Amino acid sequence: MLAIRPRLASRLAAWVALSPALAVLVVVYIGCTTWTIWISMTASRMLPSSNFVGLRQYEALFANERWTVSVSNLVIFGTMFMIASLALGFLLAVAIDQRVRAENLLRSIFLYPFSMSFVVTGLVWQWVLNPTFGIERIGKNLGFADFKFDWIVRQDMVIYCLVFAAVWHAAGLVMAIMLAGLRGIDEDIWKAARVDGLPTWRVYVSIVVPMMGASFATASVLMATSVVRLYDLSVAMTNGGPGIASEVPAKFVMDHLFERQNIGLATAAATSMLITVAAVVGPFLYWQSRRRAAAGAH
Amino acid sequence: MSAAMTQASSQAMSHAATDKRCDVSVKDVEISFGRHVVLEKLSLDIAQSEFIVLLGPSGCGKSTLLNAISGLLDVNAGQIWIGGRNVTWEEPKDRGIAMVFQSYALYPRMSVRENMSFGLRVAGMPANEIQKRVADAATMLKITELLDRKPSQLSGGQRQRVAIGRALVRDAGVYLFDEPLSNLDAQLRAELRVEIKRLHQRLRATMIYVTHDQIEALTLADRIAVMKDRVIQQLDTPQKIYREPVNRFVASFVGSPAMNFMPGRVERGATGATFSLGDLSIPIQGYPFKSPGLTGAAVLGIRPEHVLSGAEAGPNAFNAQVEMAEPMGADTLVWCRTPSGASFSVRVDSGPSIAPGDTLPVSFPVGTLSLFEEGPDGRRL
Repeated sequence: MLAIRPRLASRLAAWVALSPALAVLVVVYIGCTTWTIWISMTASRMLPSSNFVGLRQYEALFANERWTVSVSNLVIFGTMFMIASLALGFLLAVAIDQRVRAENLLRSIFLYPFSMSFVVTGLVWQWVLNPTFGIERIGKNLGFADFKFDWIVRQDMVIYCLVFAAVWHAAGLVMAIMLAGLRGIDEDIWKAARVDGLPTWRVYVSIVVPMMGASFATASVLMATSVVRLYDLSVAMTNGGPGIASEVPAKFVMDHLFERQNIGLATAAATSMLITVAAVVGPFLYWQSRRRAAAGAH
Repeated sequence: MSAAMTQASSQAMSHAATDKRCDVSVKDVEISFGRHVVLEKLSLDIAQSEFIVLLGPSGCGKSTLLNAISGLLDVNAGQIWIGGRNVTWEEPKDRGIAMVFQSYALYPRMSVRENMSFGLRVAGMPANEIQKRVADAATMLKITELLDRKPSQLSGGQRQRVAIGRALVRDAGVYLFDEPLSNLDAQLRAELRVEIKRLHQRLRATMIYVTHDQIEALTLADRIAVMKDRVIQQLDTPQKIYREPVNRFVASFVGSPAMNFMPGRVERGATGATFSLGDLSIPIQGYPFKSPGLTGAAVLGIRPEHVLSGAEAGPNAFNAQVEMAEPMGADTLVWCRTPSGASFSVRVDSGPSIAPGDTLPVSFPVGTLSLFEEGPDGRRL
């Protein structure tokens, strides 16, 4: 009896210490998610209502051109941004890894954009890309009267401007992650490759990149989360325009939730995003846990 | 070039190495990193098919020398010749060398087979030739059944075998080993040591082997170069280095348990030369002094296994006080003191038990002892 009591007390203390986090988990994450899913199946407009309408909000959502544009924008942006920032970040890391002289300085410069918020990044690039006083103006001032660079005001090109700004913002972070990965590679591997007579590019492609799976995974996860929550860059840079050409799903949710007073449609959009993410992450986690189990069994 | 390759490989691998000239000469090589000089005017000649071990504590420059020979490190001055060619400014791959590293340095995402064949494939060797070489090397190292595994699925010893295999398929005349066994446990180390020695006897290739383990050096080498502070202290056969170390550093670095050192004086009397340790006088008549007739302060060095004890001690024996006994299985290391208080150890058969407090008759036979100048780095007298 006596021996059990201190153990009970320590377990109680553990639960007390954990309870705030547990409360946040239950109320904020699980509670709010459940509430959002529920609301998305009601006819709520300005205020929540409990008038169940099934999947009507989802029908309306996918018939909404602004939503479909948002989704296709996100796909274009996500693909291009992920590929470009991983590639550029890796190349920057490789360049710095050649034992360049001003390594610390260059590393800080490359990492600098990441210290800015997306709002600042968006504003800066909005100015740089603005045809009347940005790059196009510089080109014209240099004497190229026909010089045109107006992607940010063209509906078909504006999304690439978002990609450009986002890559500028994130490439430095990817570089830092990749550089850490490169530095973690045993010096002897490089020596062995030199004795084997492998050209440097071949060592990177066939030996180093396959060894950097963890670095690529880390960078990809970070990039992917910023793709899903892409909102402030679009707001600051183009405010979804011209027209609805640079709308993104998170902005759709926010606008319908707070400006257009359409809670039902907003929660349906949010739920759609959640389902999409879960559909991507779920199989990945399952595959990882299977792999870990297989490795453990070895 | 590929014609030459196929010709060489049409013969059995074990013969191929002996066909080539593969002696190595290091001539007045200097290496420095910035202002820090690592090697200074170092020269070393290694004969065809010789197994040479560079032995020394960490930071003595032995790995630097090996990297210079391999071409992984540029020299500031001097020349390196391999197989009668000046290769000082050639890339490692063109020097006719192969190398094995301490950390194995296997390409982790490739299978064993790919690890061994990748260099050859990139060099453009025909696939059937590569396959043959990999198969030969795998048989020689008994890793044939591991060929399709990844390095992460191998034990340390297996990984190092694969790394040796990757060197073997290069069919080089000169093999360089950079502390290849240091990451392995004692048992595997002994096992692979034998394997490497067997490989050398079979291939008759030149091998240069860096280690800080004096046992590896003594067991493997045709000649050992003992290095300290960027300088080769002694370059000689293992026998000679063990029996006649040129200075106290070599004497204490080679051999385990370590040699005993006792400071005293060399004196010349009516009965010939003696070494006086306090009141004790040890006859050293017949010791091959480098400068005859020398007297004065000196240090006597004798290995624990060379001290005669008990009945073997003979007429020149004196009684030593036993302080401690360390049983080591086959024999026992007994720590004693001379009447004047100098401490030394004796290796005795683990037959009769010797307890602290006993007295043990011992003698230092002149044929196996060494005399050095005073000081920690004293030269052999």
